[in-house]
Amino acid sequence: MSTPVADPTLNRRMPRVKNLSQERRLFSRRALLALFLVLAGLVGLVVRLAYLQIVHHDLFVTLSESNRIKLRPLPPTRGQIFDRNGVLLADNLPSYRLEITPEDVTDMDAVLAEIGARVELSESDIARFQKLRKRSPAYDSIPLRLNLKDDEVARLAVDLHRFPGVSIQADLTRHYPLGAHAVHVLGYVGRIDEKDLQRIDEQQYRGSTHIGKNGVEKSYEDTLHGKVGFQQVETNAQGRALRVLEQTPPSPGENIYLTIDSRLQAIAEQALSDYNGALVAIDPRNGEILALASMPIYDPNPFVNGIDVASYKALITSHDRPLFNRALRGVYPPGSTIKPLMGLAGLEYGVTTRGKPVYCRGFYRLPGQSHRFRDWRRGGHGTVNLDRAITESCDVYFYDLALNIGIDRIHDYLAQFDLGTLTGVDLPGEKPGLVPSQAWKEATHRKPWYAGETLIAGIGQGYMLTTPLQLAHFTATLANRGQGFKPRILYATQEQESHELHTEAPRPLPPVPVKDSRNWEAVVTAMTHVVHSGNGTARKIGIGIGYTIAGKTGTAQVFSLGQDERYNARRLAKNLHDHALFVAFAPADDPRIAVAVIAEHGGGGSATAAPIARKMLDAYMAMKP
Amino acid sequence: MRISLPHGDAGGGFGAESSPSRDLLSRVHMDGPLSLALLTAAVLGLVVLYSAGQENIGLVERQSVRLALSFMVMIVLAQVPSHQLQVWTPWLYLGGIVMLVAVLLVGETSKGAQRWLDVGVRFQPSEIMKLAVPMMMAWYFANRPLPPQFRHLLVAVLIPGVPMLLIAKQPDLGTALLVGSAGAFALFLGGLSWTIILGSVATVGCIAPVVWEFGLHDYQRQRVLTFLDPENDPLGAGYHIIQSKIAIGSGGLYGKGWLNGTQAHLDFLPEGTTDFIFAVFSEEFGLIGVCMLLALYAVIVGRSLYIAASAPDTFSRLLAGSIALIFFVYVFVNAGMVSGLLPVVGLPLPLISYGGTSLVTIMGGFGMLMSIYSSRRWLSQ
Repeated sequence: MSTPVADPTLNRRMPRVKNLSQERRLFSRRALLALFLVLAGLVGLVVRLAYLQIVHHDLFVTLSESNRIKLRPLPPTRGQIFDRNGVLLADNLPSYRLEITPEDVTDMDAVLAEIGARVELSESDIARFQKLRKRSPAYDSIPLRLNLKDDEVARLAVDLHRFPGVSIQADLTRHYPLGAHAVHVLGYVGRIDEKDLQRIDEQQYRGSTHIGKNGVEKSYEDTLHGKVGFQQVETNAQGRALRVLEQTPPSPGENIYLTIDSRLQAIAEQALSDYNGALVAIDPRNGEILALASMPIYDPNPFVNGIDVASYKALITSHDRPLFNRALRGVYPPGSTIKPLMGLAGLEYGVTTRGKPVYCRGFYRLPGQSHRFRDWRRGGHGTVNLDRAITESCDVYFYDLALNIGIDRIHDYLAQFDLGTLTGVDLPGEKPGLVPSQAWKEATHRKPWYAGETLIAGIGQGYMLTTPLQLAHFTATLANRGQGFKPRILYATQEQESHELHTEAPRPLPPVPVKDSRNWEAVVTAMTHVVHSGNGTARKIGIGIGYTIAGKTGTAQVFSLGQDERYNARRLAKNLHDHALFVAFAPADDPRIAVAVIAEHGGGGSATAAPIARKMLDAYMAMKP
Repeated sequence: MRISLPHGDAGGGFGAESSPSRDLLSRVHMDGPLSLALLTAAVLGLVVLYSAGQENIGLVERQSVRLALSFMVMIVLAQVPSHQLQVWTPWLYLGGIVMLVAVLLVGETSKGAQRWLDVGVRFQPSEIMKLAVPMMMAWYFANRPLPPQFRHLLVAVLIPGVPMLLIAKQPDLGTALLVGSAGAFALFLGGLSWTIILGSVATVGCIAPVVWEFGLHDYQRQRVLTFLDPENDPLGAGYHIIQSKIAIGSGGLYGKGWLNGTQAHLDFLPEGTTDFIFAVFSEEFGLIGVCMLLALYAVIVGRSLYIAASAPDTFSRLLAGSIALIFFVYVFVNAGMVSGLLPVVGLPLPLISYGGTSLVTIMGGFGMLMSIYSSRRWLSQ
């Protein structure tokens, strides 16, 4: 190799000769500068790292922890529901589902075929499984079949070990062992939907799938549900849980004991089974609802995991409207069942006396008007006093009485018995009914009140509407001589761990005042005559009875008759028949039970409703007090 | 031993060291401090890799083999006198260009980029350019006056420019950046006048928006945008950066301790063994550990620059200086990217990241540095 200095060509290209020592000095300066830049860059990095690791350390620790630790909810077990004697009405049954973890399965098709040979697998089961499988990580357990039958579980369990990745999972599903029994009291649970999400604390329902939709399940949701527990799980980036770090166990919901007596409830449902209608029985001494039936009833169990469309459509389109809770939400004219309260009001306001006679000639005419307000007995009752008017249910007596009291005073008096207002029962959806007043009519109809409307209010017709619960409630208050109690369905709660019972206390209402306590006895005595005297409207149920019933029949018109028409059941369509009503309590001198019965289109109260009430009273009287 | 050098530089003033260990190292043309620093970094890398790779010893074994191979490459190259390297330079460079063109024509595609050439063994020609470009720059200015004169600048820009464009077209932004910076470092160390440096910076500032609009692939543009605000796309493009910042930040001053980094161990950190291993290191050893690692890198770069400054001739100086600074670019770009300072360009953390391709080139570069280091002694003998 030649030295470049000696190369003439190079010399030509290089007119300026390289100054080697100058180049070396120049390079050293630049290298030193580069070293400074390098150090500056490293310092910049350290500053950046300090910013992340010192200044924002806490933030990133939090982020790293939330990356790593997932909170997994542990849903609480729902409380059970019993009747007052401990008869199980709602519990939680293990339901078995078949799950497959895809990552543990080598040949999915073969496994599906093997399982299909042991349990029933529908096309849609497999389709849903395959769809979920595509969406889920391979370590996730995916349900293949829900609600396995016992024999299917048995058949699978025998050789489950042959199928790694296939497992049978048990979880708890709400179950109503008595089916339709007391369904309008219990209600049911269903899957949480959008509407539920707005009213619940979502934190408490993490991990829960069901919520009370109706009945006690809804009104005591908070008691029954319990408190959610949590598990802190360390997870990796794919979400697979690696280990449990910490856990707060859920606290199960409390058990609930209802005031319902399941035996009475069964009798009520049985006795009323031929009719659409309702029956409410209340203990007048404390407001406990002993039975609350609305007919027809339906099985709530299919609602728990989503009822199929066809069955649901059948339920909601049925003319009998089984889903409709008549006991709380059905509003009916009280008819003649209101007469004892009217009589009491007359005595209180001094409009009448216990002995004051009224002559009934079969109809009543307002002064200066031709319209005849008819009595149910065409020929009239003749001269009647309060006792006979109630016993025979004379309409004319009460037309006269109502006119003398006046509609506003009627409204105020009935309000003391919670008519026209909510009773405040601890069940959802109660209706207030209606007791009219002049102000009410002015406000809603923008029309003045007519005297004739006062007359028919006196016999519980016209605008007046009550629920079966309100009827039972006022009967109970009457039975207890004015000392009412708020009707309630909750008898006691019980913590699942300690089994300690917390009995609910009765909630007394302000007593209905009377000027003379003999007024109670006058009305109650008249009501016993309804059953126990020869001319009582319900004398038929008084035959062969070993205790005293105080009762009152009622008939609520569904259909207005013309001025000269006669009610003839045979000629009217069944759905235009009158509603039959009966209210009663027993024993008359020491009441322990008050009952209200409505049989829709049942005709007369004495013929259909009273015998149903008698069955209830008989059953209750036969029980130990 | 008398060796004729292209530009016999008097240099002088280098006393021969005489301790026994120095003798042993001298015999194989090794620089003691640099070798020690490189070896320390490599061992540290294996330690972190064991943790980052979920305590997979197989991973560590494979990486050990690669490290051993690249240290051998270093030792072999250290035996080649630097004037010999200078003779090979044009051929290596031209060969590299030819292969880069071949890659674009018949190369193999992997992960959306056409980077590989299969001639019996699969390799990336762009790796060769990381060394060939600084060599070619040094070769070009070896015979020309320094500071670089304006009329030589066109060639000086083309030498890194052509391979840079070819590599960017693959596309491989990280390597293109390294190759380009190699050219720039040679010019800078050669003493390019500040007027030209500042002028070029201004020019680049003007044409950068044009390049942004027409010269970048969508994914490259996305990377820059994501870098500016990674939180915008936390599950997509920004996921890497967010998770790596969480790893670094949660490490704090002292770190979570070796094998205790949750981000890497629970798979939250993507590429934890390769491009993002710096985040694992920061999570487990904290700011203190990271400062020590950066200090180690500073020692390597500093020692390399010292070797460059004390090299006997222009070619050696420029080559050694460029290699030192390229090594720093690796460190800076990787750490900057992982800590969210710079865009995500796929550059490994030298000597620590799992992978062999760039390791060989890096250690090859240090081999040349060693050779340059020992050539001043050959001179003095």
